[in-house]
Amino acid sequence: MATSSIAPPALESDRAPSNIGRTIGRYGLLYSLSAFFVLFAGIPFAWMIFTVFKQNTDLYNGKNNPLKYNEAPTLHNVRVLFDETNYTVFLRNTLFVAVLVTIITIAVAVPAAYSLTRLAGRWGESLGIGIFLVYLVPPTLLFIPMTRVVAEFGLKNTWWSLVLVYPTFTVPFCTWLLVGFFKSIPWDIEEQAMIDGYSRLGAIWRTVLPLSLPGILTAIVFSVALTLHEFIYALAFTTSSNQKTVSIGVTTELIRGDVFFWQSLMAAAVIVAIPVAFVYNLFLDRFIEGFTLGAVKG
Amino acid sequence: MTAPTWQAASAAPVEEDRGRYLLDRPGFLGPLMLLPAVIYIFALVGIPLVLAVAYSLSDVSVGDQSINWVGFDNFRVIWHDRTFKSALWHSIGFTLISQVIVIVLANILVLVLSADFPGRRLVRFLVLLPWTTPLALAVIGWRWMLDNVYSPFDEILRQLGLLGPGTKWGPSRNMHWLSKEELAQGAVIAVHVWRILPFAAVILLAGLSSIPKDLNEAAEIDGAGFWRQLFYIKLPLLLPIMLVALLYGTVFTFTDIIVVFILTGGGPVSGTQVLPSYAYYKGVDGGSLAQGAAIALFLLPVLVAVAILMLRMARRAETA
Repeated sequence: MATSSIAPPALESDRAPSNIGRTIGRYGLLYSLSAFFVLFAGIPFAWMIFTVFKQNTDLYNGKNNPLKYNEAPTLHNVRVLFDETNYTVFLRNTLFVAVLVTIITIAVAVPAAYSLTRLAGRWGESLGIGIFLVYLVPPTLLFIPMTRVVAEFGLKNTWWSLVLVYPTFTVPFCTWLLVGFFKSIPWDIEEQAMIDGYSRLGAIWRTVLPLSLPGILTAIVFSVALTLHEFIYALAFTTSSNQKTVSIGVTTELIRGDVFFWQSLMAAAVIVAIPVAFVYNLFLDRFIEGFTLGAVKG
Repeated sequence: MTAPTWQAASAAPVEEDRGRYLLDRPGFLGPLMLLPAVIYIFALVGIPLVLAVAYSLSDVSVGDQSINWVGFDNFRVIWHDRTFKSALWHSIGFTLISQVIVIVLANILVLVLSADFPGRRLVRFLVLLPWTTPLALAVIGWRWMLDNVYSPFDEILRQLGLLGPGTKWGPSRNMHWLSKEELAQGAVIAVHVWRILPFAAVILLAGLSSIPKDLNEAAEIDGAGFWRQLFYIKLPLLLPIMLVALLYGTVFTFTDIIVVFILTGGGPVSGTQVLPSYAYYKGVDGGSLAQGAAIALFLLPVLVAVAILMLRMARRAETA
């Protein structure tokens, strides 16, 4: 994967002892840089998790030191989140949207990517990049007219509107991602299957799809991740509490006027954010390959 | 776009002769397989995009959905709207400042990410959190950290003796981060940097790992030290990939509504209003869909510029 640029060299006994000092110096530099960036990236999450377990009387006492637990930590706020708010409804809506969007995405993007890789000849590449650029057309530019489109489909104020609209960014992204995968599958294998008497679709089904399962899995993960990240469409299309997804529900329903349920709010965010981050991380390299448009051969 | 010539990339001639089934013909199967994607994009990106332009030239509103043409009236109105002008400048300013900081920090962060040391996987996971978690949920955390009363930063400043009665930044016990214009603007920029930095660093990492290793080794043998290698070999080779990171960062920051919407709501007053948030407040909350669409259209020039640059880079990568 990565080339080591300032990696400490392996200690070799026959080297001059001054190298040891240099090694320690490099480790020191690495760890202090790491500490800086970890702090910068992680502090909000640390503070969120820290807040979840605070009692109300502790949190909202201006005389208390906010940096420590002045009263015993409690799970009360997590229970409030699940028992007294619509959080489980938001989670369920999010799940439905993510699953349905992903099914549509795979059904549309896999054939499209195959077509671009194998059937479109020299136009495939340009068309593929064209489709990828569609991913960059931001929802913030389209959401106002999109509200009308959604209404025309009779999907006003329901999460089904999100199922309809989210593939507009998941399909371009996943198509592009899958083109990269299909390219890496040797044409000979398919050809052999066809010589053996399979139709082209039969050959695709029996050779290309099984071989590109890791790619399809990656596309599934990013389809779900992009769905979870989306905000403005959900904000513009769903107004009833029982139709909202997590990102919107948490930010609009748990903040009521001036009353913030901070601990429950933090719990709601962290419970979704951390698992998503974990899965995302596993597939990150593929994601980056897609973004660099082949400018980098990793 | 010109019609593509549908042909098998490298189909054997035998294949062509057979032509037993319609579905075996690339000239038929190719467009057929691409059709659903094209229809989807045309219907749900193409039409709304045209509709956005139509809206901006009409008087459509939440109350009256019929489109009556009014020419460039909306653009004339928003051009004389002081909030719009500040939103435009904030959008440009926040994007430029945050991307400069991102590129500088990303070049340092990539040194950490590319190095091999015990614990690097954990460091990588934590450093990437801002990019890998859903942004809206993470920004709530920032909002709470910058709370007017209970901010942990305030407590730290108080303990350092910088904040509170009789201190340098006192007498107030709190900074009121999101209630003062400059601080709120700084906060918005900081959160954008926080969010884009991991992404930019990982893109740079991909670029770094494509630099041939022997190049570094050759340089080392020739006696080039760390800094020389950095400035004469790595940075020039990384320049194209830095541009890629910069382009994405620009698009993501310039078109983002989440940070401002959740962190400040555009406030204090209009101190952090940006184009996407103002389009939302004008178009949805204010009910003037036409003006909202017109405001959002100001995002388009930047997107077109970025798209052209991207295509150029991709073409260069192709020929290289």
